[in-house]
This record gives sequence, structure tokens and C-alpha cells, in this order.
Amino acid sequence: MNSIHPFPSPTSTPTGTRASRGLGVVVFLGMVLLTLLGLFFTDEDVVQGSTVRLMYIHVPTAWVAYLAFIVTALTSAMYMWGKQHSLTFDRIAGASAEVGVIFMGLSLVTGSLWGRLTWGTYWQWDPRLTTTAFLFITYVGYLAVRDLGGSHQQRAKRSGVVALLAVLEIPLVHFSVVLWRSLHQKASVLRPNGNVTMDGLMLFTLLFGVGVFTLLFTWMVLHRQRVLALADAIDDGGLEAALQERRNENN
Amino acid sequence: MSSGDEAVRLRNAVVLLGSFPALAEASLVVERGEIVLMSGANGAGKTTLLRLCAGLLPLARGEASVLGFNLATQRKEAQLHVGMLGHANGLYLDLTAQENLQFWGSIVGASSREMALSAQRMGLHSRLLSTPVAKMSAGQRRRTALAILVIRRASLWLLDEPHAGLDAAGRDEIDIILREAASAGATIIVASHELERAGALATRRIEVVGGAVVERGVQ
Amino acid sequence: MKRHSTSTWAVARTIASKDLRIEWRSKVLVNQVLPFAAIVMVLFAFALDNDGILQRVAPGLVWLAVLFTSLIIVQRTFAIESADNALDAIKVAGVPSAGVFLGKSVALVVQLLLFECVLVLLALVLYQVHLSWGGVVLLVTVSVLANIGLAAMGALYGGLGAAAKGRETLLPLLLLPAVAPVLIGATRATESAFGVGGASLGEGWPWVALLAVFGALFGFGGTLAFGVLTEE
Repeated sequence: MNSIHPFPSPTSTPTGTRASRGLGVVVFLGMVLLTLLGLFFTDEDVVQGSTVRLMYIHVPTAWVAYLAFIVTALTSAMYMWGKQHSLTFDRIAGASAEVGVIFMGLSLVTGSLWGRLTWGTYWQWDPRLTTTAFLFITYVGYLAVRDLGGSHQQRAKRSGVVALLAVLEIPLVHFSVVLWRSLHQKASVLRPNGNVTMDGLMLFTLLFGVGVFTLLFTWMVLHRQRVLALADAIDDGGLEAALQERRNENN
Repeated sequence: MSSGDEAVRLRNAVVLLGSFPALAEASLVVERGEIVLMSGANGAGKTTLLRLCAGLLPLARGEASVLGFNLATQRKEAQLHVGMLGHANGLYLDLTAQENLQFWGSIVGASSREMALSAQRMGLHSRLLSTPVAKMSAGQRRRTALAILVIRRASLWLLDEPHAGLDAAGRDEIDIILREAASAGATIIVASHELERAGALATRRIEVVGGAVVERGVQ
Repeated sequence: MKRHSTSTWAVARTIASKDLRIEWRSKVLVNQVLPFAAIVMVLFAFALDNDGILQRVAPGLVWLAVLFTSLIIVQRTFAIESADNALDAIKVAGVPSAGVFLGKSVALVVQLLLFECVLVLLALVLYQVHLSWGGVVLLVTVSVLANIGLAAMGALYGGLGAAAKGRETLLPLLLLPAVAPVLIGATRATESAFGVGGASLGEGWPWVALLAVFGALFGFGGTLAFGVLTEE
């Protein structure tokens, strides 16, 4: 009986290409430079001391988390309304959500630590933190919907709908928290990065960090969506084998 | 793609349940007015084939059309003309038979006279009609479900083991209803293990084996 | 002779009245879930009975209780469809899915209103909050609008759970974050209605606007999305 080998035995990295390897090198070097800048070359803050260095991780990860969410929503929309209903968009949406959840978690943890070190509390109910936490849980739900089973098109349609609903919810959550804080007129909540005076090098490092993390995000999503494409291809390849087996039932 | 005289046309249709090909390149052509008996072992794909024709399942590969509607793109339109009686009865257990009939009648747009007639045909007398479904026997529930199927006035009837749970009188009644529907122009596909009874009814027999369709003769 | 498709409103009306009739007949929500909600309210009182805290947090407790019972109500509304596979039969009938969504949502709104009446009464008794006539008007408005949003999201995600081969465990994870704005808005508005913490009636009405926006957005979004989420 013939067995089916749809893929060559893995001797090389299946998801790397020249371009993505180049990108990976750039990201690595960027990270090294960022670490040096963040930990050594920039000065401490007048008020916060060395803890301000957390900013160089917290701000970029928060930025990437929101970027990931936007990418997921956009690619979901492109899947649903594109003429081809190309599953590539669906896979990018899924990869972006997975990476985004990781960065959201990092952002929440670093933000929490920063708050603890500077103001003594692990958590504050300000609009941005609350919205980020809400986003985090929503995306865990999104990933759970992707795992419901069924065909690839079903997965794409269902998770696409959930992602687009999440887009509607985000401004509502943000606005309701803003309204909540303002109407109650509590003492203005000082967020850790609210009072940092930045000199030229610190600002540069911050923006550089945002850039490097964005490239890191791109590199991770690129690879992850290729893995997802391979997984889908395995499913399809498995179908041929399953069809063959089922045909053999007749004989 | 299909002529107006074909009720069902499948060509190498593949339907997946999860990653399992429940229908594996099944091909079938059923002309209008035929009564087709579908036999086959459990797990062979009979229910899947019926559910595909009812527009409930997506087509993974191949071609499928029902009453001229392409099942890849026009499932909703096809469903207006298809009626199905599955393993379950589709009833609301807390409501009476009468209330179930009224509900389904409203859903499909049937008049109360039609519903009353259908209930009468299926032997649902007034005391039974005001019994909650939860308190009815399996056979009585089946008859209620059939009464609902009749008022749909579908062009294609799909029945999955309709005789199961009925006594002899009930089974006879189904056969009469099916014959009447066929002579009124409906096409009928019945999945059944009751080869003799359903066989007497059918104009044609097919068997589902390993997700594909095998002809077993014309009567 | 072929049938024409029934209109969306007729389908919605039929399904909503069917759902309410089933509840009226079986009294599952009244006999089992309402006592649960009442016990939750009492337990809150046991846990928090300390220096007048209860009065101040009463609005939040009421809406938390509503949120948790809404999970059970939504699961019940789809359980009656799965019991004898009526959901498949409705799909095969080829009726517009928007009608199914609207019918289910309307029934949910009515059932939620019943619960809120009882929970507010319990709050008046157990947590010693007070309600003026102006507060009643505010509260009724808040409840209706909040329920529209809750019901829409509940019908949507409950439908997904029912259609996706029994993954009802997904419902809390999807629904609760999605209705967080409702919790915030309804609680703040109820604070104004009860007059806790010195909140005046006037402060409650901006929250009503938020709830209306939420209800409109997700009522509309849900109507469009329900068909896609529940088909196979």
C-alpha cells in the first residue's frame, strides 16, 4: 500500500526565507543596541531613578499589543470582504492575535511592576490599563473561538466576526472607563510614565525601542503565519489520505 | 449545471465532519418524483448525505445541487423547498403538540386549516394535541414531527429512519403519506434499515458505503 | 406549490412568543434561577455587612448578580433548542437568521427585566437603599437599554456555543468581557437612581446614553453576525 508523503523530510527551516532571515538579524542587532541604550547609555530619571528603564520595554510592548489588535481586525475584514476569501488573511489574523496576546501580557506585567516600584500599587483603574486588560481577555476568547474545530473557512468566518465585534467594543470600553473616572473626580491618577522628563537620548531610545519591537512583531507574525499555513496544508494533505482510506472501505 | 428535472445532483461531493470525510466523493443523480431508498451501515454516511441535501453542511469539495440550487452558494434558497425529518424530532418538549404545530406553522407560513388537517391525518386527536410533548411516547412524537413535515409542502423530502419507534399502524400511515407526496410531485429520499417495508415504497435503491453511493437497482 | 420565505419580523415574533410561552409553562427560570439570584444577593450581604459598605456597593452587586444569572438564562434559551434538535429544524426551514436572532433577543430582554425587578426589590430590602419616583424612571430606562445589549451579546455568543457542537463553556469567556461596558454604565446609573455616595439623578443620564449606544451597536451587529456564527 502506498503511503503518502506530501512534504519532504525536514532538513532545512521550512518557514525561513532570505528576507525573513535578514529581518531576524536586523531585529537581533536592534535588540542588542536597545539593551545597551536602555540599561547603560541613558541616564536615570530625576524622580524615578533606575526604574524608569522599564519604560523602554513597557511602552513598546503596549504599542505592539495595540498594533497586533489592529492587524487582526484589518486582516479579518480583508478575509470577509475580499472576493477571494483568501485564508492567508485569516492566518495572519490568527498569528497576529497570538503574538498580540503575548505582548499584551508583557505590557500588563511591566506596567504593573513599574507602578509598584514608583507608586506602590500593582494596579490602577485608569482607562488605558483597564482597556488593555479587557483587550487581553477578549483576545484569549478570540483564540478559543479559533480552536472550535470545523473547516478552515468556518474558523476564518467565526473568528473574523468575533474580531470585528471586538473592534466595536474597544472604544466603548475605553470611553466608559474615561467617563467613569472623570465623573467621579477622583484625584488625578498619576501613571508611571506621566511625569518623566526626557532628554534627547531617552526620547531616541524610546522611539528606537518602538521601532525595534515593531520589527520583532513583524518577524514573529511572519513566521507564525507560515507555521499556520503549513498546519493547514497538513490538514488538507491528511484529507487525501483519509479519502483514500475511506475509498478502500468499499473494497 | 443541472437541468430542471433533477431533484438532487452530487458529483464527487466531499463533506467533512471535523477532518473526517463523512462523504468521500459521493455521486448521485435523483430525478424529480423518484422515491429513493438509501441503505447502508451505521457510519457509512447516510445521515451526512441527507444533511448535505438539507443545506445544513458545507460542501468541502466537488459539486452538489438540490432542485437546481447550487449547495455551495445557495443553501438558504434551497432550504425553502426542502423538508427533513432527522433522528431527533425538532420539537419543544415543554409545549403541547398543538403549540408545536402552531409554532412551526407560523415559521413556514401555513394556515391553521392546513395544520388542523395535517394533525388529523397523522392521527393526532384533540386529547393528544393538548399533551405536552415531554409526556408523549416516541411514536406520538414522531407522528407530530411528521405532521409538521407535511405542512412544509417541500419539493424534496429527506427522511432519516422515519419508521423507527412507530407501531405498525403508524408505519402504514407514513407509507401512505409518502406515496401521496410523491404522486403530488415531491421527490423523496428515505434512509432506512427496513428494507422490505421501505423497499416496497421505493422506485429505486441505493446504498451508501464508505462515504460513496452505490446503485442497488430500480424497482 | 412552494412556500415563500417568512418575513424577519414574523419569525422574530413567533420565536419570542414561543420562548416566553415555554418559560411560562416550564417555570424553570422562576423556580430554579430566581432563587439562585436571590441567594447570591443574600450571600453578598453576609460577605460585606460592614459599616454601611453594603449600601454603597448595592448597585454593583445588583448588576453583578444580573450578569451571572444572564449566563444561565442564555444557556437555558439555547438548551431548549438543542434538546430535540429544533435548531437544525429551524435552519432547514430556511428562515432569515436575523429573525431568529431578534426573536431570541426579545425573549431574553423580557426575562432579564423580570430578574432585575426582583433583584432591585431585594436590594431595597436587604441593602437598605432608597428609590424615589425619579429614580424608578431612571432605573427602568437603564434596565431596558442594558438588557438590549446583554440580550444581543447573549443571543450571539450563546448561538455560537450551541452551534459549535456543545461548547457552552465558551459562553462566559466570550460574553462577560463583551458586556463590561454594560456593567460599568448600568452600575453608575443605578448609583444615581439609589442616591448612594451623594450621586444625583442627573448624573445617571449620561450613562443611559452609553447604554443606548452599546445596545444599538450590538443589536445591529448581532443581527448581521448571527447567521454567520451559527451556520455550519
